[in-house]
Amino acid sequence: MGARTILLGNEAIAHGLLEAGCTMATSYPGTPASEIMSALMQLKRRHNLSCHLEWSVNEKVAVETALANSYAGRRSAAAMKQVGLNVAADPVMSAAYTGVKGGFLLIVADDPGPHSSQTEQDTRQFAMFAKLPVLDPAQPAQARAWIAPAYELSEAYEIPVILRPTTRVCHARQDMTPKAFQTAAPQPVFEKDPARWAATPKFRYLLHKRLNEKLDKIADDPRWQPQMLNRKILDEAGQWKTADGFDKVIVASGAACAHAVEILRDLNLWTRLPIFQVPMPYPLSERFCTELLEKAGTILVLEETQPVIEGQLRDRAKVLGRLSGHVPREGELLPEIVENIIRRFAGLPEVSLSPPAAGRRPTLCAGCGHRAAFFAIRKVFPKGIYASDIGCYTLGLNLGAVDTVLCMGASISQAAGFHHAFRAAGQNSRPVVATIGDSTFYHAGIPALINAVAQGCRFPVVILDNGTTAMTGHQPTPAAGMTTNGTPVPAVTLENLAAACGVTHVSVGDPYDVPGFTALLKAAKDHCRDEENGGMAVVIARRPCLMDQARREARRSPAHAPTITEKCEGCGFCLKFFECPALVFHGEKEAVTIDETLCAGCGVCVHVCPHDAIQWPSVSPA
Amino acid sequence: MEQQIAVSGLGGQGVLFVTKLLAETALRTGFSVLVSETHGMAQRGGNVVSHLKVFPRHDSKEEAAEDSLSMQPMTSPLIRPGRADVLLALHEEALAAHGFLVKPEGAVFCNRSDPKGPTDVDAVARAKAVGSAVAANVVLLGYAAARGGLFCTVDELRAVLQQWGGSRMEVSLSALDAGARAAREEKTA
Ligand code: SF4
Ligand code: SF4
Repeated sequence: MGARTILLGNEAIAHGLLEAGCTMATSYPGTPASEIMSALMQLKRRHNLSCHLEWSVNEKVAVETALANSYAGRRSAAAMKQVGLNVAADPVMSAAYTGVKGGFLLIVADDPGPHSSQTEQDTRQFAMFAKLPVLDPAQPAQARAWIAPAYELSEAYEIPVILRPTTRVCHARQDMTPKAFQTAAPQPVFEKDPARWAATPKFRYLLHKRLNEKLDKIADDPRWQPQMLNRKILDEAGQWKTADGFDKVIVASGAACAHAVEILRDLNLWTRLPIFQVPMPYPLSERFCTELLEKAGTILVLEETQPVIEGQLRDRAKVLGRLSGHVPREGELLPEIVENIIRRFAGLPEVSLSPPAAGRRPTLCAGCGHRAAFFAIRKVFPKGIYASDIGCYTLGLNLGAVDTVLCMGASISQAAGFHHAFRAAGQNSRPVVATIGDSTFYHAGIPALINAVAQGCRFPVVILDNGTTAMTGHQPTPAAGMTTNGTPVPAVTLENLAAACGVTHVSVGDPYDVPGFTALLKAAKDHCRDEENGGMAVVIARRPCLMDQARREARRSPAHAPTITEKCEGCGFCLKFFECPALVFHGEKEAVTIDETLCAGCGVCVHVCPHDAIQWPSVSPA
Repeated sequence: MEQQIAVSGLGGQGVLFVTKLLAETALRTGFSVLVSETHGMAQRGGNVVSHLKVFPRHDSKEEAAEDSLSMQPMTSPLIRPGRADVLLALHEEALAAHGFLVKPEGAVFCNRSDPKGPTDVDAVARAKAVGSAVAANVVLLGYAAARGGLFCTVDELRAVLQQWGGSRMEVSLSALDAGARAAREEKTA
């Protein structure tokens, strides 16, 4: 400690938690929040710390687990991405009422853009809804430095506090000087108080009242008041006199504030245009709002992604922002967009922006087992409705094997919905197939599968089991049979779960074995159609994630690639329906080639080509 | 000295590694840095870009200033269009995808199998020659540094690689030198 180092925003948050003496942190992986827990686990190992860390099965479980540690008087944290907060909404809403004892930090990473999410939802707005204070750091160093005082806030008012970094904080790196970790932790003490911890509706009313009183006080907490960042400079330049008020002022929070400060300097406005950073957008101090509205001519509000600060300024006649149409209502506030908003505000000419070229679309890795599974599914269930889910395999979109993606676990429930819809309309023949990753199945697929069985559905669920949470950086699943400390625990297997959910037809196969796996899908199809003994079917497509394997073995195993024979007609079938990045198309009627630096040697393409043009090199006679 | 550098390539080409190496070198030569990275879905074979800003460190007496935006000459982790001093293009597609970031007088160093411009280099061929095609990213970095396009020297980059150590250190060091050699050959040619 003490040495200056460069930390990723999420690593900085992990440092901040340990510097503040956090004794339990829980998380479910999701971009852009995932590296918070990975960094914590690394630091725990390196420094031999005793805190409890876990990848929980989902965000709801993560919050509830960490919350109990806080009830017992110890500092705790739960980290997730913004849509994960939707899953955890139930305990979070209630915890605002019960409050906490040991400091509780809910870290929720938002994703304006969005870059890797299904919505651009603003956790600060969720905080308003839940009635919880929320902090909006602009940079990694702020995210780290704010954590200890955030715990103090949480403990002073016995309330959960939300820290809301965005992608540009989580995935930014900055140099900073971390402090020593706080390793002395209080012993857990749980004081029984059923009127609080198990409050009935009658007591909930009182808790709500107390919560409102807390918020009034928190809004005026001096540590978290908006700061005018260039007050000193303005004073020196003789531009700023508190008594007179000012013509124009910017109020900003989060990454948008970081962009704005740099832009003000570049445009030579730093010594002329006052800018406030709002560290705690909710609850916003009444005093600040009133003073601002009294003293400012026009106020520009820069924040992501919803008008949270803007909405709390009651008289909006002089406020420019998202509600007034001066700031775009959707998309990330990229610095070039912020620059033009500030230019307009300051009466400077705008710069024209050309939209960047459309890049290459992401695709499944060469040799990915998911690609093979999707190919077989399309073959066995042509014209099916393919309800899918969240993970790498969402990229099955490119293969025409993914028709719907809603949220974690929805593949199974939506397939059930389609099944009922078509059956009700008398169309029993339309095949419906659900595809869901192993980690997603553990997270939210199980209740949906139970429901499908209980409602008499008949469709196959293909669990794409690569043994890891690949998309977010290869976190382990409950099938690992081991805690993060390496302690053995019972492995919770997919086949047992599926059977326990009431599915009578469960099979497991390797999607690389195209004929064998296709046969399993056909058997599942027959089971679903069997009038007498049929029902739901689960097919587990088991093939470890290649990246995960390479990561663990710290190498890429040398692969030998199939060969393309003269039979290749350049029809492009393999590219369109299989899209392995190692297959290189050279135009119609030209034979494809295999990029050997990418090829994983899985051999699946051998079964894909309708012209038998891809073959394993024949074994040379000895 | 301030420098804004964009590193662009395809997922899996080592954009993050190059950026980290540059950032660490900046830190050790007394600068402050801000970096922005691509994570998640786009890493699966899509276009990946990192932004790096290198600027003088603000030596503050008060500790509290470290997290204040008031004192830093640069505060945003993102480069605005037309403001990058340097683009390191690990793939020629990077030019179309992220060329718009570079300012008119900026430098573009590009890895190409058939070098066209004066700052192109066949980094993959040179990386293969030292035994690892995937080290093309470090070849390009060595090339750009030796051409004088970066805030740091080849020696400064080498020192960081040596200090990091690890199983790939030897390959990286050879790749860095191969890139620097390519730049020197051009000069003498
Ligand atoms: S390998 Fe087969 S599928 Fe691919 S282009 Fe050639 S003939 Fe068509
Ligand atoms: S064997 Fe075929 S499908 Fe598998 S990685 Fe190589 S080219 Fe792609």
